[in-house]
Amino acid sequence: MSQADTESVDEGGVIESVSGPVVTATDLDARMNDVVYVGEEGLMGEVIEIEGNLTTIQVYEETSGVGPGEPVTNTGEPLSVDLGPGLLDTIYDGVQRPLDELEEKMQSAFLDRGVDAPGIDLERTWAFTPIVEVGDTVESGDIIGEVPETESITHKVMVPPDIDGGEITSIEAGEFTVEETVAELDTGETISMHQEWPVRSARPANEKQTPTEPLVSGQRVQDGLFPIAKGGTAAIPGPFGSGKTVTQHQLAKWSDADIVVYVGCGERGNEMTEVIEDFPELEDPKTGKPLMSRTCLIANTSNMPVAARESCIYTGITIAEYFRDMGYDVALMADSTSRWAEAMREISSRLEEMPGEEGYPAYLAAALSEFYERAGKFNLINGGEGSISVIGAVSPPGGDFSEPVTQNTLRIVKTFWALDADLAERRHFPSINWNESYSLYRQQLDPWFRDTVAEDYPEVRQWAVDVLDEEDELQEIVQLVGKDALPEDQQLTLEVARYLREAWLQQNAFHDVDTYCEPQKTYRMLQAIRTFNDEAFSALDAGVPVDEIQEADAAPRLNRMGTAEAWDEFIDDLESDLESQLRDLY
Amino acid sequence: MKEYQTITEISGPLVFAEVDEPVGYDEIVEIETPDGRTLRGQVLESSDGLVSIQVFEGTGGIDRNASVRFLGETMKMPVTEDLLGRVMDGSGNPIDGGPDIVPDERRDIVGAAINPYSREYPEEFIQTGVSSIDGMNTLVRGQKLPIFSGSGLPHNDLALQIARQATVPEEDDVDESDEDDEEGSEFAVIFGAMGITQEEANEFMADFERTGALERSVVFMNLADDPAVERTVTPRLALTTAEYLAFDKGYHVLVILTDITNYCEALREIGAAREEVPGRRGYPGYMYTDLAQLYERAGRIEGREGSVTQIPILTMPSDDITHPIPDLTGYITEGQIIVDRSLNSQGIEPPINVLPSLSRLMDDGIGEGLTREDHADVSDQLYAAYAEGEDLRDLVNIVGREALTERDNKFLDFADRFENEFVQQGYDTNRAIEETLDVGWDLLSMLPKEELNRIDEDLIAEHYREETPEAATAD
Repeated sequence: MSQADTESVDEGGVIESVSGPVVTATDLDARMNDVVYVGEEGLMGEVIEIEGNLTTIQVYEETSGVGPGEPVTNTGEPLSVDLGPGLLDTIYDGVQRPLDELEEKMQSAFLDRGVDAPGIDLERTWAFTPIVEVGDTVESGDIIGEVPETESITHKVMVPPDIDGGEITSIEAGEFTVEETVAELDTGETISMHQEWPVRSARPANEKQTPTEPLVSGQRVQDGLFPIAKGGTAAIPGPFGSGKTVTQHQLAKWSDADIVVYVGCGERGNEMTEVIEDFPELEDPKTGKPLMSRTCLIANTSNMPVAARESCIYTGITIAEYFRDMGYDVALMADSTSRWAEAMREISSRLEEMPGEEGYPAYLAAALSEFYERAGKFNLINGGEGSISVIGAVSPPGGDFSEPVTQNTLRIVKTFWALDADLAERRHFPSINWNESYSLYRQQLDPWFRDTVAEDYPEVRQWAVDVLDEEDELQEIVQLVGKDALPEDQQLTLEVARYLREAWLQQNAFHDVDTYCEPQKTYRMLQAIRTFNDEAFSALDAGVPVDEIQEADAAPRLNRMGTAEAWDEFIDDLESDLESQLRDLY
Repeated sequence: MKEYQTITEISGPLVFAEVDEPVGYDEIVEIETPDGRTLRGQVLESSDGLVSIQVFEGTGGIDRNASVRFLGETMKMPVTEDLLGRVMDGSGNPIDGGPDIVPDERRDIVGAAINPYSREYPEEFIQTGVSSIDGMNTLVRGQKLPIFSGSGLPHNDLALQIARQATVPEEDDVDESDEDDEEGSEFAVIFGAMGITQEEANEFMADFERTGALERSVVFMNLADDPAVERTVTPRLALTTAEYLAFDKGYHVLVILTDITNYCEALREIGAAREEVPGRRGYPGYMYTDLAQLYERAGRIEGREGSVTQIPILTMPSDDITHPIPDLTGYITEGQIIVDRSLNSQGIEPPINVLPSLSRLMDDGIGEGLTREDHADVSDQLYAAYAEGEDLRDLVNIVGREALTERDNKFLDFADRFENEFVQQGYDTNRAIEETLDVGWDLLSMLPKEELNRIDEDLIAEHYREETPEAATAD
C-alpha cells in the first residue's frame, strides 16, 4: 500500500462505534474511498460512507480491543497500489503489503496489526536503459526505458497516464531506485520508475479489440472444446471438491500469458503456500525460466480480515492493467469471486443496507460486471496492444448454479467451464462437464487454430462434440435396458465416446508429462481416436462383430497417449497399429 | 476497571448497557447478578455511550440492577504445557478437581492469521490405520479434514479410532528401529466438545482413560445443557492451546472439534438476538469468515517443530451436504470424510463412503518415499472402478445381472468386495499402509489388466496378481 504523502493531510476524527470490520468516526474530514488510519495502533481502513458528520470506515485489519474515543487520521488519498519494478515474484496481501516483508517486520509467523510496508522495495536499485533520447517527444503512456525485472520479464518504464508528456530534457542509463528520477521533461515534470494508481478506477486505454488469439492453456478440454481468448473472460463455477483450485493453478502454470496475476481471495492458506513453494521450481513452458518470475501473487486467505478480501480483487486487476500497458498479455486468476461477493455482503449488512437477493447487496451485479469489463484486448494509449484475460472461480453454495453470484457472472463472461461433482467423484479430472460448458470464442478463434494447429481442427472438434452428444442420448437408453440391448453400431459409438472421455478429456494434473498438453498434441490425440472410430466402423460394416473389434489390443493404448513422453512417435505407431489390427479382422 | 449498574435491555443472550467511558470491541465483561453469581461476556458492539454484550453463560438471573465490569482486555487463554492431561469446561475453567493452572502465558483466543508466506506446505503422511482414509483420502500433518456425518451415525467411533491409531511413520526410523516409532510420532490430542450430550462425552472420556491417551490430551467440554453462547468460545480456547503446544512447544497436535453444527447454531442464535440481516437458512452472513477463523488455524509453520491437524466433526442436518454448515465447511477445509447411512446399515465399519470423500492434500503426501510408489495410481483406479460399479447397481435393479456384460458383472462384484474387504475393517483394526494397498491390489486383480488404465504399466507388472486369489472372507 502506498505510503506517500502520509504527512500531508491530517484531519483528525474520533471513533464513534466499532462493530467488527466496520468503524464509524465523527469529525473526520474525508472524501469517499480515502484511506484512513484507525485507532491508537493505526489500523488501515477506507471510507465507505459519509452521512453528515458521521463517516463509516471499513478496516482492513482485526478490530479487537479498538474502542470509541480513539483517533482516526486521514491520508487524503484513495486506496492505491504502488507500481514499478519488483511486482513480480512477490506475494502480497489484499492491500498490497508484501507478506515476506511483513514476516520480517513482525518477527512472527502470525499476522500482527498496524504494520505497514511499501508495495515495492524502495531501496533496491534497478538497471535502467532508456529507449528514447533527449529531444524526443513523449506522451502519457509512452515507454521511455526498460529494466530487466526478472529472468523472463523486461519491465517497461512508462510515462504515467496522469502526466501529459512533453520533450525529454534529460534521461540516462544507470542504476536507480524506484523513487529516483530517471527522466525529466521540458514541462518540468520528472519521471521515476514508480507510479501509483487508485485501485478502484481502471487505468486508461483506448478502444477494445475483438480478440482472435486463444489463451493456450495446455489443458485438452479447455483448448480442445472450450477455448478462451487472450483478452477474454471465463468463469469456473463448481461445488467444493470439484477441482476449481487445481484448474486455476493449472492455468496459472501452463497458460501462454506473459504475466500471471493470481489472486487467492478468501481461500485456504495452504493453497497459497503450495503456489509459493511450487512455482519457483516449475518451468514456464514458453521461456524455460522459473514460473515465479512471471507471476504476482495476492493472498488474502479466508481468515484474514474481510475488508481486505473485498479490495484484493481490485489490487490484482490494477497490477494486471499496469503490465497490460507495457504491451504484455496478462492472465488474472481470481479464486474465488464468491468470497469477494460475500465480503461485500458482510460489509453491506454491517452497514445495514437494504439487501438484494440472498442478502447480497443490490450493487452485486454492477460490481461484478465492472470488474470483468476491465478484461479485454486493448489498443493502448501508447499505440501498442495488450490484453488481460480474467478467469474467475465461483463457489456456489451447495453447488447450485442458480445462486446470484454464478448467475450474475454468467451474464458477463463468454467462457463457462462448469465443474461437475459427479465427474469429480469418479475422479474424472478436470471435471469440466462437456454438456453444460460453453465458449463463445470458438468462432473468432477458429482461424488461429486452422493456421497454427491444423486446417481441419474445427471439424475434428465438432466430430468429438457430436460423438459425446450422441453418447449422452444413448446413455439414457442404456440406463433402462443395458448396453447389450443396443445395436452394434451404437455400442461402438459408446466405446469411441469412452475413449474420448477417458483418453482425451481426462488429464492428470499431477503427472509430469500429462500436466501440459500442447495444442498439436491435443489435436493428434483426437485424431488417433478418430482413426480408431473410422477403422472400427469400417470393420463393423464389413461384418466384424463388435466384440472382436473391442478386443483389438491397440485400442486400450489410446489411454496411454496423454502420459507418453515421445507422443509424436507413440501416436504414429498407435495409428498404424490400429489400422493394421482392425483391417486384419476382415 | 470500572463498574456500572446501567443495564438498559436484556434480550436472549445479549445485554445492553450504558457506559460513560469508551469500551474496546471484543473486550471481556463480568456481570454480577443480584444473587451473587458472576457471569462472563464479551463486547459485540461498542459505540459511544452504549455497548452490547454477549453473555456466555446465558442471561438468566440478570436484572437491571446487575453490575457490569469491563476488564479492559480481550478474552485470553492461560497456556502452559501442564494443560496436558487436564479437563476443562467450555470457558476454560478446570473441572477435573486438579490443581489450579499456573499459566506460562496468556494468549488472545481470537488468534492472528498465519502469514501464508510463513506456512510450510503439509506433506507428511499420517497413518490412521483406516484403509478408506489412508488409501483413498490420505490425511497429512497440518491438514484440516472434517468428518461429515449424520445423526445416529458412528462418527465418534471413527474419530476415536483416528485419535488412537494416528501415527507418522518416521522416515529415518523405518529401517533402523521400530521401538522408537510409537513414542516419537504420537499426537497430543485436544478435544473440544460443543453441545454434545453427557453420554457422548463419557464415551470419549472413557476411551481416553482406557487407552491412556488422557495424559497427552487437553479436554474442553461444553455439554448440551451448558449455555449455547459459550460454544462460540470453546473451539477458540482449544485452538489457542493447540497453537501454543504445536508452535511453541513442538508437539504434533490433533484437534478434534465436535459438533460444529452446534457451534453454528450458537452463531445463529447470537445473530438473531442482534437482529442482523440473516443469510441462508437464517445463519449469519459472516459464517464463512467465522468458520474460516477456526479451520484456518491448522497447519505447519516454516522452521517450527510442531503442527496442528484438525478433525472437526459435523452432523449434516437431514444428511444434506448442501446445507450451509457442511457447505461452508467444505469450501474451507482440505477435503471431507463422509460417513454414510446406507453403508452403516449394511454393517460396514467404519461406514465411510469414499466417493464423495476427498483429501485435497493427498497428492503431495503420498508416493515414493512417503507411502509407496503405487499409492496414487491404485487409489485413482479404485475410485474409478468403484464409481463404475456403483453406477451399475442402479441398472442391475432394472434389468438384472444376466442382461449385463461380463465386464459389467466384474465391476459389480468389485464394488461389493470393495465395501466388504477394503472399507470394512472394524474399529479396532489398525492397518499399515502397505496392507491397505495390498488389499487394493487383491481387489483390482479381479479386473482384466487392460481395464486398469489409471495405473502405470510397470506398476501393473509388479503388483498385479495373475491368479486372482480367493476372496478372503469378510469379517
